[in-house]
Amino acid sequence: MRTLVKPGRSYWFVFTATMVVFTATFLLPLAWVLVGAMKPPAELARIPPTVLPETWVPETYADAWNFMDLGRYFLNTLVVAVGSWAVQLAVAVPAAYALSKLRPLLGNVVLGLMLATLMLPAAALLVPMYLTISDLGLLNSPTAIWFPAAANAFNIYLLKRFFDQIPDELLEAARMDGAGPVTTLVRIVVPISRPVLAVVSIFAVVAAWKDFIWPLLVFSDPAEQTLSVALQRFAPDTPINLLLAGLVLASLPMVALFLAFQRHILAGLTAGGIKG
Amino acid sequence: MRRNLTAYGLLSGALVAFALFSWYPIVRGVTLSFQQVNFVTAPDWVGWDNFAKLLRDPQFGTAWRNTLVFTLLALVLGFGVPFATAVVLNELRHARAYFRLVVYLPVMLPPVVTALLWKWFYDPGPGLFNSVLRELGLPTGTWLDSSSTALVSLVIVTTWANMGSATLIYLAALQTIPGELYEAAELDGANVVQRIRHVTIPQTKFVLVMLALLQVVATMQVFTEPFIMTGGGPEDSTITVLLLLYRYAFVYNDFGSASALSLLLFAVLGVFSALYLRTTRRADA
Repeated sequence: MRTLVKPGRSYWFVFTATMVVFTATFLLPLAWVLVGAMKPPAELARIPPTVLPETWVPETYADAWNFMDLGRYFLNTLVVAVGSWAVQLAVAVPAAYALSKLRPLLGNVVLGLMLATLMLPAAALLVPMYLTISDLGLLNSPTAIWFPAAANAFNIYLLKRFFDQIPDELLEAARMDGAGPVTTLVRIVVPISRPVLAVVSIFAVVAAWKDFIWPLLVFSDPAEQTLSVALQRFAPDTPINLLLAGLVLASLPMVALFLAFQRHILAGLTAGGIKG
Repeated sequence: MRRNLTAYGLLSGALVAFALFSWYPIVRGVTLSFQQVNFVTAPDWVGWDNFAKLLRDPQFGTAWRNTLVFTLLALVLGFGVPFATAVVLNELRHARAYFRLVVYLPVMLPPVVTALLWKWFYDPGPGLFNSVLRELGLPTGTWLDSSSTALVSLVIVTTWANMGSATLIYLAALQTIPGELYEAAELDGANVVQRIRHVTIPQTKFVLVMLALLQVVATMQVFTEPFIMTGGGPEDSTITVLLLLYRYAFVYNDFGSASALSLLLFAVLGVFSALYLRTTRRADA
């Protein structure tokens, strides 16, 4: 398709320049860390730095895992992420379905009250949310992340918009066959909603893995902390090579997720972003 | 009737979650702003005292000024750079998948990881940036170590980390511009800059406004980068509203003043959020 400029002689120049700038800006720093973690601490402190390690210490990755007890924090983060994913779907799917297809009395008021919370900056609620979680006795428990994650208006908005496009005749046919609303939801609506469920799921997991300020507040007990909170706690007193290796390891699941679900993530980004 | 019952049954989880973790905290946040809490005796109503206390704190003005400068810089960089990047990417016909992948990769990294990595890159001695500058024979930077460069250094980190989303959202918008518009403009003798001004920008105005508002709302709540990389220093040059809020609540244990600060932040951001929702609603209708 025709764009801003007709492809001309300068095309390959612009292409090469973009390629170099992109690779240098986004990939090289990450490669620098990946390799840097395998240099011994003395070599890391050298000015000017070595490009490739003179002494390769790949064991640093295993040492970092043991030194910071990363297994525990991976598990904590996994519990937080999977739990908040499950809670979000369990709450948002039936709610969006009820608002979209059953249209109960005052349904629009409820939807409006939920969507109004999208206007709230997350930061404005930190203090009262913290006190509420503390009153409920949920501090230092994964539920401190799971339950508040369920109050996500964006999920309900995204799902409701998808459900709105499911033709009523399809659900009517199911009703004629004797299926109640819940059966219809489970047997018909959920299976055809896989694309939007995938988007909501990926965003739920990624958000839980990346979150920092809320886990920082609710997990004062080191044993319960997520990777992000634990890494910032370790950072000041960990040898730099071990810290770098730990940072790489903590990022790997997200990078793997991205490579595996790239299409969904990028599609969800534009769908959610533009209309969000 | 039965349908209403079923519907509210299905809605019950969401209603409880929103009531406990959204609607009630909103009300509580407002009341806390006018109270003094110590968790031993019942909270005292103190009127506007919490606000008065904030205004007397010299860090209050500094935090707002830093946050506004940060937001402004992040708008120029975090909005200008993705715009330019997307316009260039839209012209390229090769390796498109690679460009998308690479620009979005930093978005997937946990912000704590990004902040700690960049702190290492910014190290004035063996750090990556000064090493490259020395190699090129250029003067080195002070980055996080000087109050005049610390804030800009943080803006660079957040731009690097987040520009992938804005770039790809904008790229998708660019692809909806009909090619004939460019052809027509070219026949009228419009050069590249004129074509950007009269075709590209008007055709994607909605997405541009939306991205700008989102950017403002997100950067005004900046916390992770200053918390991890500078702790608000040097000389309070990177203390942000959220960092101050954190200190009031979790260092000074003054939840009343922290709530008052939240309320002020909410008032400022509410305007932008409302504008954002109005823009998106209008596009939906």
